[in-house]
Amino acid sequence: MMVRTVRLIAMKDLRIEFRSRVLTNQVAPFALIVMVMFAFALDNEALLPRVAPGLVWLATLFSLLIVVSRSFAVETADGALDQLRSSGVPMVGVFLGKALALAVQLLALITLLVLAALVLYRAEVSFGGGVLLVTTAVTATCGLAAIGTLYGGLAAGTKGRETLLPLLLLPVAAPVLIGATRATESAFGTDGLVTSEGWPWLGLLAVFAVLFTVAGALAFGPLLDD
Amino acid sequence: MAMSPDQPDSSGVSTASLAVDFHDVVAVLGSFPALAGVTLRLQRGSITLLRGPNGAGKTTLLRVCAGLVPIERGRATVLNVDLVAERQQVRHRVGLLAHANGLYDDLSARENVTFWGRTVGATEGEVAVALTRMGLDGRLANLRVAKMSAGQRRRTALAGLIARRAELWLLDEPHAGLDAAGRDELDVLLRAAAVAGATIVVASHELDRAGSLATRQIEVVAGQVREWQS
Repeated sequence: MMVRTVRLIAMKDLRIEFRSRVLTNQVAPFALIVMVMFAFALDNEALLPRVAPGLVWLATLFSLLIVVSRSFAVETADGALDQLRSSGVPMVGVFLGKALALAVQLLALITLLVLAALVLYRAEVSFGGGVLLVTTAVTATCGLAAIGTLYGGLAAGTKGRETLLPLLLLPVAAPVLIGATRATESAFGTDGLVTSEGWPWLGLLAVFAVLFTVAGALAFGPLLDD
Repeated sequence: MAMSPDQPDSSGVSTASLAVDFHDVVAVLGSFPALAGVTLRLQRGSITLLRGPNGAGKTTLLRVCAGLVPIERGRATVLNVDLVAERQQVRHRVGLLAHANGLYDDLSARENVTFWGRTVGATEGEVAVALTRMGLDGRLANLRVAKMSAGQRRRTALAGLIARRAELWLLDEPHAGLDAAGRDELDVLLRAAAVAGATIVVASHELDRAGSLATRQIEVVAGQVREWQS
């Protein structure tokens, strides 16, 4: 029942995204524009490779807000969230399904942003750094998808959710921003860092991802009910 | 906790024959008592019309029956499930069609009905039957909901309800947005569902049409209910 619900919700969300193309036509261009605007604002070729990791993850966080808003807008637009509650499907499955769909979209977005950093900011990555980078992206994505789903659900039923969501989400996502940026700096070899220095940061990201996945799965149903 | 299905109560009525059994139920929205001591019994297989002015508590009564609103005071069972202790347990057996249709605009009618059917493990055959019964087979089945008329959206939502195999149908203004043919089809569908054993509760302001369907009429006023005397 649980696995069926996770698959059902994730496939539904990804199908809606595939049809609406919000990620490709709106979120991805927005994320790229943020990267370009940072480059214009800094206007310093020596500085850009150094700040590239932080900018990748900042752009990811900004884009996360849009993706999460969209994920719950489709649920609230015509009362589908109420129908989901009244359908009796396990809300743990709904949480995990929505988080999985978010994670897939975020991973695609992060891939694009890393490529943008390599091209626009002339960042460089070795093979070992690439492995660290992929592992970092997957682990950070799990954490961001979990908090995005939890706080997106929390804000979904409230007035002014568009402004409430960033207020709730961004402070909680700070550990991911820090951990993922430090690990990415090591992957890019920023300021002479070596790849091995980035792996300890993955521990922080992993703890965060596990913590919020478990907490979110447990809290999601009761939060929506209240 | 589920009650024993054949346990007679103090009035000698078997609880197994009751779909809804409320005693002095109070439900609060914010600080407002939307239901203020409702005592109500609905037989399985019945069609009940809830009538009353706007804000009287009809929608809240439906949402309480669906297990979506907690009960502050009183006793309530729906389909022999105790709503005070475990209201989540009744949800998969109840179908609620509120003012909103609960549809996804970017999915087709077939995909929407399939999705809601799958939540209870419905087969493709059951989904196809639901679409056919609401006149959504053929071209309409593959039309995105965003491009549908209000009536077609309502039909899709009703098809989703059929696919979910609900035992208790809670319908809030179900005729809204339907054309004359759609309304007639809906009435036929509701009568057939009741004959098949489903219990149907309709909240409506279209009293002539809904009243002709109903086997019983209840008036809701200021969060309380009473038998309608014509």
